[in-house]
Amino acid sequence: MRFLWPVFAREFKSYFATPLAFVFIMIFLFAMGAFTFYLGHFYDNGVADLSVFFGYHPWLYLFLVPALAMRLWAEERRSGTMELLLTLPVPLWATVLGKFLAAWAFAGLALLLTFPIWITVNYLGNPDNGVILASYVGSFLMAGAYLSIGACVSSATSNQVIAFIISVVVCFLFTISGSSLVLDMVRGWAPLALVEAVSSFSFLVHFAAITSGVIDLRDLIFFFSLIGLFLYANTLIVDWRKGG
Amino acid sequence: MIEIQNLTKRFGPVTAVTSLSLTVRPGEVLGFLGPNGAGKSTTMKMATGYLAPDEGSVRICGHDIVSDTLAAQQTLGYLPEGAPAYGEMTPRGFLHFIANIRQLTGEKARTAMDRAIAGAELGAVLDQPIETLSKGFRRRVGLAQAILHDPEVLILDEPTDGLDPNQKHAVRDLIRGMARDKTIIISTHLLEEVEAICTRAVIIDQGRIVADATPAELAARAPSGRLDDVFRQLTTRDTAVAGAAA
Repeated sequence: MRFLWPVFAREFKSYFATPLAFVFIMIFLFAMGAFTFYLGHFYDNGVADLSVFFGYHPWLYLFLVPALAMRLWAEERRSGTMELLLTLPVPLWATVLGKFLAAWAFAGLALLLTFPIWITVNYLGNPDNGVILASYVGSFLMAGAYLSIGACVSSATSNQVIAFIISVVVCFLFTISGSSLVLDMVRGWAPLALVEAVSSFSFLVHFAAITSGVIDLRDLIFFFSLIGLFLYANTLIVDWRKGG
Repeated sequence: MIEIQNLTKRFGPVTAVTSLSLTVRPGEVLGFLGPNGAGKSTTMKMATGYLAPDEGSVRICGHDIVSDTLAAQQTLGYLPEGAPAYGEMTPRGFLHFIANIRQLTGEKARTAMDRAIAGAELGAVLDQPIETLSKGFRRRVGLAQAILHDPEVLILDEPTDGLDPNQKHAVRDLIRGMARDKTIIISTHLLEEVEAICTRAVIIDQGRIVADATPAELAARAPSGRLDDVFRQLTTRDTAVAGAAA
């Protein structure tokens, strides 16, 4: 904790040192609203729940979260602060985790600021607030999973644009791995167990399970172990590519 | 105390540092000289735990940099090449971050920051973003970061690069003032700097030590009595040979 906090605090503040935080939150909220009300026909559905709103989260995160994560390591590498950061007496795991948690907290803040839509739906009807809470938890976990992928990719390059594009592609594969687009590619040659393994990596499937109102331990384990795995890979990549 | 033994680093087919051994004791200010690409920065990166050596070992105050990295890094202040810092932060915010990460809090952090700010003469720019500062001020922010926790060992990669003559003078005074009880390595291109503040000069070329003596002894090796003649004589073998062949 004593190592984690300074790394976390610096990283979190750095989002607000530039217009990045403001721009990101504005676009995030605007896009959430636009998707929900125009594409999702929130009012026309006549149902007081937020399933339409949450249904668009994976697709928005797909582009917005890599944008949040791309600078985490690529920027350190480009500006040379990587050398400073890694020669300070901090264990590498604390640096990796502190940076990730800062980005995750920022994503959580953006998510919390969508609260007007929760007020709206409660004003209009009597939604199941338990389901909404579960969905928020699920959305936050999913954002963390996308972020861990973005952080890991960012640690492999000094170019933020490359980090962004590769993160989007990897996140996209994880998002839709339960769909026929991906499964058909695997199904032709792989044993059934592998096909099922691939489909079980789908963010959409796990997220849908949580937004139905049931926080299943398996879905929690899925998201947390995915985050752990990518942060571990992140640590290995930073350690391995220090000099380069 | 810095003990470097048989340090070797290869980058693919290129050997940047070849079996380099060096011991620097408290009270010594060692000037690390060599042409560009001689292996100065690579050696410093290994000594501070940034790069892992392929062979050999480095001990900082008795702590092995590879197996006991954190303890070694705690006793160490390092100014990396180019004095990197977070551009969006102010010097005050940046030094505060360094203090926290070095586990200095409250009164201790304030004292340490005041001392480093005074030492590096940063008082005038404390609240301006680092990216808006001149090269000289940025270098001094890096220096303040390195001396913040009053470390026993200082490793400074080109501490006066980009400074004007007055600032160079101030930084040299600062280093000289700290030299009594600390172990200091500075790398530099400026031979006058070695003569001004170093008690010992090590010249490396192609990853090997080619000279290790006091600046005065080294200078005496050239008929002219000038250090830069010795430097050129020791580090231009290749060009001399190439010139002779042509």
